[in-house]
Amino acid sequence: MTQAYKITEHKFDAIVVGAGGAGLRATMGLATKGISTACITKVFPTRSHTVAAQGGMSASLGNMGEDNWRWHMYDTIKGSDWLGDQDAIEYMCREAVPSVIELEHYGVPFSRTEEGKIYQRPFGGMTTNYGEGTAQRTCAAADRTGHAILHTLYQQSLKHDASFFIEYFAIDLVMENGECKGVLAWNLADGTLHLFRGHSVILATGGYGRAYFSCTSAHTCTGDGNAMVLRAGLPLQDMEFVQFHPTGIYGAGCLITEGVRGEGGFLTNSKGERFMERYAPNAKDLASRDVVSRSMTIEIREGRGVGSEADHIHLHLEHLGADVINKRLPGIAESAEIFAGVDVAKEPIPVLPTVHYNMGGIPTNYHGEVVNKVGDNPDQVVPGLFAIGEAACVSVHGANRLGSNSLLDLIVFGRAVANRCAEIIKPGSNHSELPKDALDQSLADLDSARYADGEIKTADLRLEMQKVMQNNAAVFRTGEVLQEGCEKITATAAKLPDVKVADRSMVWNTDLVETLELRNLMSQAKVTMFSAENRKESRGAHAREDFPDRNDDEWMKHTLAYLGEDGKVAFDYRPVHMNTLTDECEVIPPKPRVY
Amino acid sequence: MAEFRLPKNSRINKGKHHKANGGKNLTTVKVYRWSPDDGENPRTDTYEVDLDNCGPMVLDALIKIKDEMDSTLTFRRSCREGICGSCAMNINGTNTLACTSSIKQFKGKEVAIYPLPHMEVIKDLVPDLTHFYAQYASIKPWMQTDSVPLSDKERLQSIEDREKLDGLYECILCACCQTSCPSYWWNGDRYLGPAVLLQSYRWLADSRDEYTGERLEDLEDPFKLYRCHTIMNCANTCPKGLNPGKAIGEIKKMIAQRHAL
Repeated sequence: MTQAYKITEHKFDAIVVGAGGAGLRATMGLATKGISTACITKVFPTRSHTVAAQGGMSASLGNMGEDNWRWHMYDTIKGSDWLGDQDAIEYMCREAVPSVIELEHYGVPFSRTEEGKIYQRPFGGMTTNYGEGTAQRTCAAADRTGHAILHTLYQQSLKHDASFFIEYFAIDLVMENGECKGVLAWNLADGTLHLFRGHSVILATGGYGRAYFSCTSAHTCTGDGNAMVLRAGLPLQDMEFVQFHPTGIYGAGCLITEGVRGEGGFLTNSKGERFMERYAPNAKDLASRDVVSRSMTIEIREGRGVGSEADHIHLHLEHLGADVINKRLPGIAESAEIFAGVDVAKEPIPVLPTVHYNMGGIPTNYHGEVVNKVGDNPDQVVPGLFAIGEAACVSVHGANRLGSNSLLDLIVFGRAVANRCAEIIKPGSNHSELPKDALDQSLADLDSARYADGEIKTADLRLEMQKVMQNNAAVFRTGEVLQEGCEKITATAAKLPDVKVADRSMVWNTDLVETLELRNLMSQAKVTMFSAENRKESRGAHAREDFPDRNDDEWMKHTLAYLGEDGKVAFDYRPVHMNTLTDECEVIPPKPRVY
Repeated sequence: MAEFRLPKNSRINKGKHHKANGGKNLTTVKVYRWSPDDGENPRTDTYEVDLDNCGPMVLDALIKIKDEMDSTLTFRRSCREGICGSCAMNINGTNTLACTSSIKQFKGKEVAIYPLPHMEVIKDLVPDLTHFYAQYASIKPWMQTDSVPLSDKERLQSIEDREKLDGLYECILCACCQTSCPSYWWNGDRYLGPAVLLQSYRWLADSRDEYTGERLEDLEDPFKLYRCHTIMNCANTCPKGLNPGKAIGEIKKMIAQRHAL
């Protein structure tokens, strides 16, 4: 097989897979430290899905009123429903401030206050004084913050002359004796295969929203890194926690930022009632996302949805006035017009909870090092392998992520992983010889997908998988529906070998790319469904109607899900880190989560 | 003697016709096809798409074709909401994003889809943007300063100064304007083109950047900047409603004012 496909070998100190916010922050960080770095990405960097982030990036700068990173830490822990690791959350919230200041110095065009400082807006779950008031903590560039940050990071990467391999599709990790040695990738432009050797391989491959039928995620959000990790025999963590964003545009699924509600927008049902006042008397429309999505779902379920089918909800910003809309939310006005035909100055936007973010992913510590449970050690580092951003589960978001903590996560841990690699890599050191058969399995898989000549179209099987996930792992879940989901997703996954690929070329063969992406999505869909069935409690985004309460005695632990070669899912657990990193803050013990 | 026909291997042949499986509300979608593998000429394939069972945008129609009729059809796409810039293509003569361009406007008519014009084609609707990206890098599109800001504080910028970046920083590098510009068609090797010049002006207009002089000096060149003849296709075609032509005018003005000093 190695003879059938010619492979070009590249040697670097570090390999970053993915060029979204996390991947680019890591790439430029490594490049500035003089570590030879290759960034491999399946889309041109500024087309990564970070570009679609709207509302902003949280950091307790205190530009719009008193703030404190400890309050941010408290909010994040409460938002995580006590599944987040408190040492990692402390690290993120403290490092938020220097991280966002750095971004400003790099040139991010943040909106400004009267004093010329970075503008900050309120966001869901972000409070002052441990839940008392509303914090203005989310640093924004109008409603295009992700775009502004991603373009700036790409510009910085150009400045520091990082090596990019653009429109290269990563196929597999190259592992040897439990260590990561590199990545195999396919150059779409000329059809060649490339082995990238690195002392550190950093996965920054994002989430897998496309496992669902309706999501805010881009077509390219297929969690390729997560799937590579599963194939390497390593676990994914907390995959049952899938965030539904309250305000995806009805029908199209495109995101409408929580910043709309941060700026004073609100939701109504068919009676014109601001129903969030009933579900979250204090935070109302700015309760955390899982709470708002559940409330909306209940309203619709109880017959108070809007529209001819009574199947969605209205989001109002007509009352905000042209000035706020033009200055703070211009992108939203544009999206609502294009995708819902709505003039936001005059009419509400039709919205629906829509799959948006994966709290689960590749388990890491707060340095970004991938960990696995080995024997009694739940934090055993996998040498050479790192994960950051949505692909990772550090875990700073636990069972539910707060809005604007994602851009923060990307930047803080992109930066952290670059720092960590600088500590442990000896630049220019030799790469060990790989066994001759190291790539055989990956090449055989690629070749069989390329020549797949079964009965089912890739698109049809993808749709089948997406429908199963949408129906059986939704906002509310029950044991019965989840068990059915496990059976259905197992049956769907079993059809993968019977898929048909029509394009046999190696040059820009998107038929094959989509098939490989489907294989990636399918493995994640499977562990998501099985993990959801397995967790018999309700916590954060995982709402079980048959187990409506959080059960800290049995379930305050991270799920580790392994996918065997036989296609069976196996579970293990890691404890939640209930310790802080320093003595400058205190552990927040679990308590009921009310907004 | 001038040659009035395209070279033989560039002539576009008539391709396959894919009929719809029934449906009342049919639109004919003609798509440019070319594969680097088979040595054959480019062709246009025809697909009948039932708009009653199709999403609202041209991208939805292309995805429907790929999913249901012909999985070999090749195009870039990602965000499907007009922010990533992947699916820029020429739709009935206009460069735009397939994901924000309504397919319903072509109801009952024919729509022709080609790759962005005057670029080398890699396959079907996928153009080679390498040169465009290199031109972008050439203008040093990052903040350049000599002063060192306080490490724990942001640089200050007034609301008015920040407003000067509106209409500039929103560019998504889709290359619609770049490849709609006749001057860029002729002199794309040396003329920077509207998208790249818009980005140049984004940094010239940023009150925080301290390299205005150097940036202007770099641009003062008969080709890089002055091949813009205010044809304004760029502003007409920009799917984000930006005006690169105006930004280029501002750069020319800055250079003129600099000489007047």
